[in-house]
Amino acid sequence: MKKIKSLIEAVREIKDGDILHIGGFYNVGTPDLIIDEIITQGRKDLTVVTCEAGTSGKGIAKLVESGCVRKLIISWGGNLTCLTSMVENGQLEIEFNPQGTLVERIRAAGFGLGGVLTPVGLGTIIEEKRWGERVRLNGRDWLYHTPLKADVTLSEAYMADEFGNIVFRRTQNNFNQVMCTASNLVIAYVVKPIMKIGSLDPDIINVPGNFVDILVQGGAT
Amino acid sequence: MNTKTSINAKEFIAKRIAMECKDGNLGNLGAGLPGLVAQFIPKDLNIWLHSENGIIGVGPKPGEESVDIYCVDSSNKFCTILPGGSTFESSFSFGIARGGHLDFTVLGALQVDEEGNLANWGIPGGKIIGMGGAMDLVSGAKRVIVATEHCAKDGSPKIKKKCDYPLTGEKVVDLIVTELAVIEVSENGLVLKEMAPWTIVEEIVNKTEANLVIPEKIRITEVL
Repeated sequence: MKKIKSLIEAVREIKDGDILHIGGFYNVGTPDLIIDEIITQGRKDLTVVTCEAGTSGKGIAKLVESGCVRKLIISWGGNLTCLTSMVENGQLEIEFNPQGTLVERIRAAGFGLGGVLTPVGLGTIIEEKRWGERVRLNGRDWLYHTPLKADVTLSEAYMADEFGNIVFRRTQNNFNQVMCTASNLVIAYVVKPIMKIGSLDPDIINVPGNFVDILVQGGAT
Repeated sequence: MNTKTSINAKEFIAKRIAMECKDGNLGNLGAGLPGLVAQFIPKDLNIWLHSENGIIGVGPKPGEESVDIYCVDSSNKFCTILPGGSTFESSFSFGIARGGHLDFTVLGALQVDEEGNLANWGIPGGKIIGMGGAMDLVSGAKRVIVATEHCAKDGSPKIKKKCDYPLTGEKVVDLIVTELAVIEVSENGLVLKEMAPWTIVEEIVNKTEANLVIPEKIRITEVL
């Protein structure tokens, strides 16, 4: 049950070509140091599912700029200017989903649902590009989206215990909680010193430790 | 309006939209001009602002010494959370948006048209940006209010017969507020409900590509 590993050991679990769920919204809740280590270890051809592409020089943006990513599935990339040229040069593929649809697709994968039926995006680029498929059900039109599962989830937590119970702070949660349910392996970077089991009040835990496979202690490398 | 007063134009729009808030409302303000609305909400009203990354009760910017680096709003600015506010994950947050729990959402526009279609996230052939949470917000909010300057920077009309930029949503807009006019989207088309004190109907018609329904009586917009 020893879940605490070094940054280097944890990142060795990620393989070339993996699909990654990476938490964060404007880098809050994104495990930057795990991403730096992925770049150091030279992973490539990754598919990254994340809320938004981040801002040049750190986090998810840095992973894209380092050429580790083949495909991005995101809702927004307005702060990362290299996206346009990378797509034009054929270095990167991007699929856009409305932010709420994206998180529901991940939730569907984590919780055993067959996909998402949503009115969001009808008559827009989402339908044009076939990112979602129009279906008619119960007398109205919807867009159907498939569940979105990953090989590995990378999350940042504020507090955790040795079992992997996780607590997020303020807006650090965002996609993290749902992503922890929807991959084969969950790695969480923990900001505060990891606590003994029983130290966290069960009522405040965002993700039960059963979902979390590897803990990386913040401040340690 | 000349450049010197263009900041006042934005303020005017924000002040007029603030008058749409009703006591107890839960609403979402987009980045930029819509975000200005927050400072003009009447102090005697209890308005809860939602941030799509997971807050109800977004408060003002914190002082430098009280910044919490884990607390940002949907425009990537450090924010506070008002007493009684709450935080949650994104699935819940977009459930709030999509599920009809927002009384209003205020968004900017690149184009808006006669049918209430909105385009506000990208231009054809422009740089890659993405829609973020805008499509979810317009799909579910009880009222979609567009905050925009009447014309684009080059003077071309933003209120069109038909949007030709990529859509955010089909037939979603309820109200358009500009520095010249307050326009309601109705089954009969766009109705000119109010006009600013510094304009005349002819100017509004000239600067609007869409057909406008002009009632006999048009209120002059008053803001505090």
